[in-house]
Amino acid sequence: MTEINPVLLKELRQRFRSKKASWLLALYLLVIGAFVLGFTYLNWRNAPGFYQPYRSREIFIFLSVAQLFLLAFVTPGLTAGVISGERERQTLNVLLTTRLTAWQIIWSKMVSSSAFVVLLVAATLPLYSIVFLYGGVSPGQVIGVFGFYLVTMFLFGCIGMACSSFFKRTGVSTVTAYGLTFALSAGTALLSVFLIELDRSHRMGTSARGLPLTPDFATGVAQFLQETNPIYVLMEILGEHGIEKGFNFGLPYWGVYTAVYLVAGALLLYWSARLLSPRRNKL
Amino acid sequence: MIEFNKVSKNFGATRALDQFSLVIREGLVYGLIGPNGAGKTTAMSILATLQLPDAGTVTVDGLDVVREAGEVRGRIGYMPDFFGVYDDLRAAEYLEFFAAAYQIPAGQRPQLAAGLLELVDLPDKAGVYVDSLSRGMKQRLALARCLVHDPKVLILDEPASGLDPRARAEMKEIIRYLKQMDKTVLISSHILPELAEICDEVAIMDKGKLVACGTVAEITAVSRGARQIRIEVLDRADELAAYLATRPGVSDSHADGPSVQFIFSGEQAEQAELLQAIITAGWPVVEFGEVKRNLEEAFMAVTGEEVAIDDGN
Repeated sequence: MTEINPVLLKELRQRFRSKKASWLLALYLLVIGAFVLGFTYLNWRNAPGFYQPYRSREIFIFLSVAQLFLLAFVTPGLTAGVISGERERQTLNVLLTTRLTAWQIIWSKMVSSSAFVVLLVAATLPLYSIVFLYGGVSPGQVIGVFGFYLVTMFLFGCIGMACSSFFKRTGVSTVTAYGLTFALSAGTALLSVFLIELDRSHRMGTSARGLPLTPDFATGVAQFLQETNPIYVLMEILGEHGIEKGFNFGLPYWGVYTAVYLVAGALLLYWSARLLSPRRNKL
Repeated sequence: MIEFNKVSKNFGATRALDQFSLVIREGLVYGLIGPNGAGKTTAMSILATLQLPDAGTVTVDGLDVVREAGEVRGRIGYMPDFFGVYDDLRAAEYLEFFAAAYQIPAGQRPQLAAGLLELVDLPDKAGVYVDSLSRGMKQRLALARCLVHDPKVLILDEPASGLDPRARAEMKEIIRYLKQMDKTVLISSHILPELAEICDEVAIMDKGKLVACGTVAEITAVSRGARQIRIEVLDRADELAAYLATRPGVSDSHADGPSVQFIFSGEQAEQAELLQAIITAGWPVVEFGEVKRNLEEAFMAVTGEEVAIDDGN
């Protein structure tokens, strides 16, 4: 029988038996629960006696977006200290002299951190069931949203891992990981809007100068940015269509998102493992 | 068992190791001595597969530390100069975790951890959280951790650093026990009298180079190019000191009560002639002999510079 990786087992043991884990889970549910129950209460106050299904859908959208922001806050925070923390505790060198490879160490740390984030998301399922109870949301959308969370948290986690391997200090690593996550979440959205507006003004002939890019290329870039932007993709899954449709990448928007995030995440993990391996200077 | 062959390693413009070569035979407790920045930790890190040499080769049991790093890791136990322990892990769990990391079968781990805790005199600490142990206990636990996979070679970088005299004595006992177990131990320390006590052989490093190596007796002999001689006479010690100052090969001659000490550079025959001359000149010599150097003095003579040495107290 294959044995569970010792680093993974240790990390899970350390993470899940700490009081911090219980408190974080409780706080997470409290914040998300306050959103949902507060929103439901306000709806009931405004129209007591009956419940509109479209209201349920609003809560679902609200809950899903709130959860995305919390994931963007929690996931890099959890992974950005896993390797730099080992360095700061002066335990990394000892770990690297065992039979464990750098890749095994990186992968185990990633899985243990992700396991906790998955627990956070899974713990919110009862809140989703409250929304689901009143209709207005399809099971496919719920499954789609949870699949989206898994893919998104993978890349967010990998960004934290890469920063943690690259930077010696956890503080620097955490700040950089948050910065990159923000750039991915908000920066790509802003850039896509900027490109679309430039392109539009160019097509309408209102801009003094044309884009240095061809209009189709600019639209394609803007669409690609939207299809790799978590907020745009989540809204698309929730049925709030916002992504440009002019360009065909050969995959549906969620396919582009999943492929880009999984490949980028895998490359970041590979780079993280390379950073842990000893290096030679050229004489 | 361990061989460094013309190893060089740079950190930016700093050359940490410069054509460093050293052979350590199996079963020896081998001391590595040098001032701060001499390259001891770099040499040990390369041996522990944590850094790659820029030039040269290092082998352990015939295995190259770069090309066969995985195999080498199975043969070495490494204790760095500064190390931490995991919070929220108990002492037995800590050892079992490392046993798993060295692919020891799960069924053997609890017994192995108990045996190692016994060896380092921590049998009653199995269920205690590691971060609550004292520094000396952590150091012993780290040594136990080095032994989980029964390595042939132990690399101990300043294992007695920061320990009180009692903990250091206990550490010495454990190292002696490891020697009995036929382990090859490479140990660095700045507490030279301790190294002299436990090491079969020592190597002196300075500025990334090997300056001298051999048994403690050989090292002190190497440094004896200029010997310190002490003569005790019944009277006229001051006159003898003045007389010696006029003799060839003699320097730093001074009287200290009934005795005179001086530095003599010359062959043994010339030393015999000097003694003959003193007796012929009429001084009633009671004692004439070389002042034995210890490893610390030999180290200073060989490296040719003053270094801060802990007297071990």
